[in-house]
Amino acid sequence: MTRSRVLPYLLIGPATVFLVLLFVVPLVQTIALAFTDNGEASLTNFRKMVGDLNFGLSISNTFLLVLAVIPLQLCLALTMAMMVQKLDKGRDLVLWIMIIPLGISDLAAGLVWLTILQDRGYFNTVLNMLGLIDGPVNWLSYESPVSLFVGVMLAEIWRATAIVVVILISGLQLIPKEYSEAAEVFGASSWTRFRKITLPLLKPSIQSALILRTVLAFEVFAVVYALSGRNFPVLVGEAYAWQHVNQNNGVAAAYAILVMVISLAATLVYIRTLRTPPEMQS
Amino acid sequence: MAGITIDRIEKKFGAVTALQQLSLKVEDGEFIALLGPSGCGKTTLLRIIAGLESQTSGRVLIGERDVSALPPRQRGLAMVFQNYAVFPHMTVYENVAFGLRMKGASDAEVKKQVERAAGLLHIEPYLERYPAKLSGGQRQRVAVARALAVEPAVLLMDEPLSNLDALLRLEMRSELKAVLASSGTTTVYVTHDQTEAMGLADRIAVMHKGVIEQIDRPQALYERPATRFVGGFVGSPPMNFIDLPVADGTARLGGFSSPVPLRNGTVTAGIRAEDIDVAEDGGLPFDVGVCEPLGATLLLTGRIDGQLARVSVRPDSRVRPGDRLGLTPNAGRIVWIDPADGKAMGAAA
Repeated sequence: MTRSRVLPYLLIGPATVFLVLLFVVPLVQTIALAFTDNGEASLTNFRKMVGDLNFGLSISNTFLLVLAVIPLQLCLALTMAMMVQKLDKGRDLVLWIMIIPLGISDLAAGLVWLTILQDRGYFNTVLNMLGLIDGPVNWLSYESPVSLFVGVMLAEIWRATAIVVVILISGLQLIPKEYSEAAEVFGASSWTRFRKITLPLLKPSIQSALILRTVLAFEVFAVVYALSGRNFPVLVGEAYAWQHVNQNNGVAAAYAILVMVISLAATLVYIRTLRTPPEMQS
Repeated sequence: MAGITIDRIEKKFGAVTALQQLSLKVEDGEFIALLGPSGCGKTTLLRIIAGLESQTSGRVLIGERDVSALPPRQRGLAMVFQNYAVFPHMTVYENVAFGLRMKGASDAEVKKQVERAAGLLHIEPYLERYPAKLSGGQRQRVAVARALAVEPAVLLMDEPLSNLDALLRLEMRSELKAVLASSGTTTVYVTHDQTEAMGLADRIAVMHKGVIEQIDRPQALYERPATRFVGGFVGSPPMNFIDLPVADGTARLGGFSSPVPLRNGTVTAGIRAEDIDVAEDGGLPFDVGVCEPLGATLLLTGRIDGQLARVSVRPDSRVRPGDRLGLTPNAGRIVWIDPADGKAMGAAA
């Protein structure tokens, strides 16, 4: 009797201890770090953070990137997932190829795009061969913010769309094909079927994918760092800079808290707006 | 309203032939059941009529129109699926309205038709609910109402009652028959349940291994099966098949003899369990193995000359396992079957 009651706690114990040690403790420490100055409660770190030259820029850059990347990624992933679903043969192979970027670290992904986009990179070589440019063009310079932004966007989309595709495909596989067939028999065109049947039934998966992707997008760092250094400041990049360059872990902690609050807020928005009431679940 | 013509439809899945050059004509307003065991091709045929599956060769005509190459939505039909396929994210009202909305019907028209269909299937109280809140039987009604709301020329039903419990199935069966008879819709109904097919259909097409073995009215099918397979599949208990030796045009076993359409050899007698007179002796010798009181009848299972046989007798009969009885089949109702090809032979010479 007692043994069977204790056993579940014993089994979940190691994981809980692990999480408390490596997640809860650092979280509390970070909060403490952010809200104290020389051992006293204070908002100095936040004042320093907000007063910094790069703060406004890193906020607007991060949000711009999220707003540009996430919708594009969702549309792209939906299209890819629907196409993969339609394949009869070679489906697994196509899927394997599509998710290759998932196996690459984000820093490596950033370096891949750096070799493409840097002034003596593949992109310029091709443009040169086509006679479109005369000499090397620096796409990633702070003097050309638009091409720098597009470069970062491309790298992020290339790197992180696959996870959305995987989540959406697993969601699509949960939808019985009879729903779409029934709609087809009753006169719905393929676009109408997608809009009225597939999309609403896929909503829970879209929600998961968006939460995961948006939270990770607010934490974007390595790709940006590889492509632009600090020419394109983002929130986590600033946290890194304050920690390692300025050696001020108080302000770095303040940035970390800010990113967490933004991520939580975004998650809440998704949970609210993409809610599927229990009575509407299949 | 329209009839359906299936013209030499063939379907191959790779090397496997699911349907072999199959032809069938369904009259306008007729209720046809496609009956057969799983894997016989009945659902494939239905899905080809719907356009959800493409045929390897052959044509499908609805009315006078060749729909063979048209997508499902241009074929002007409605369908009820085995697992209902009622959309979980729409209310019952929107489910029933779906086909009408796709046709661009006005709100007033939609309302009128939804209310009519809901009335026929008695689902008015649930119109504002979501399907998750309904029982299996209620979802089934929604699926049928959705199909009838569009007033289709052709209604296709794929084992629509198989997910319901036995009592509900019986209730829905008679209700479905009444609703469909009054609407006069041409209906193709796929089922593996022979009582369902017998009870509902004007005609039954019995399918086996991708071909139609026989197509006829339920009673004719029951009484004069064209093949051994049909006799064994239609009716419960299945028809008895007793091999009898034939000499000089007469089959003989024990005290039983009958003229048969064959000079010499062996013939299979197809005999229904209820078409048999039972006596103490004489006729075919029957060793009773098991007695099953079924309420309306007493079902005896035993052996005639080592061959399995079932006999229905009056429920008050005093028969015990181990008894030997003499069976006299009703001569006019025996179906003589050629044991070589399993096909029924002509009437006795």
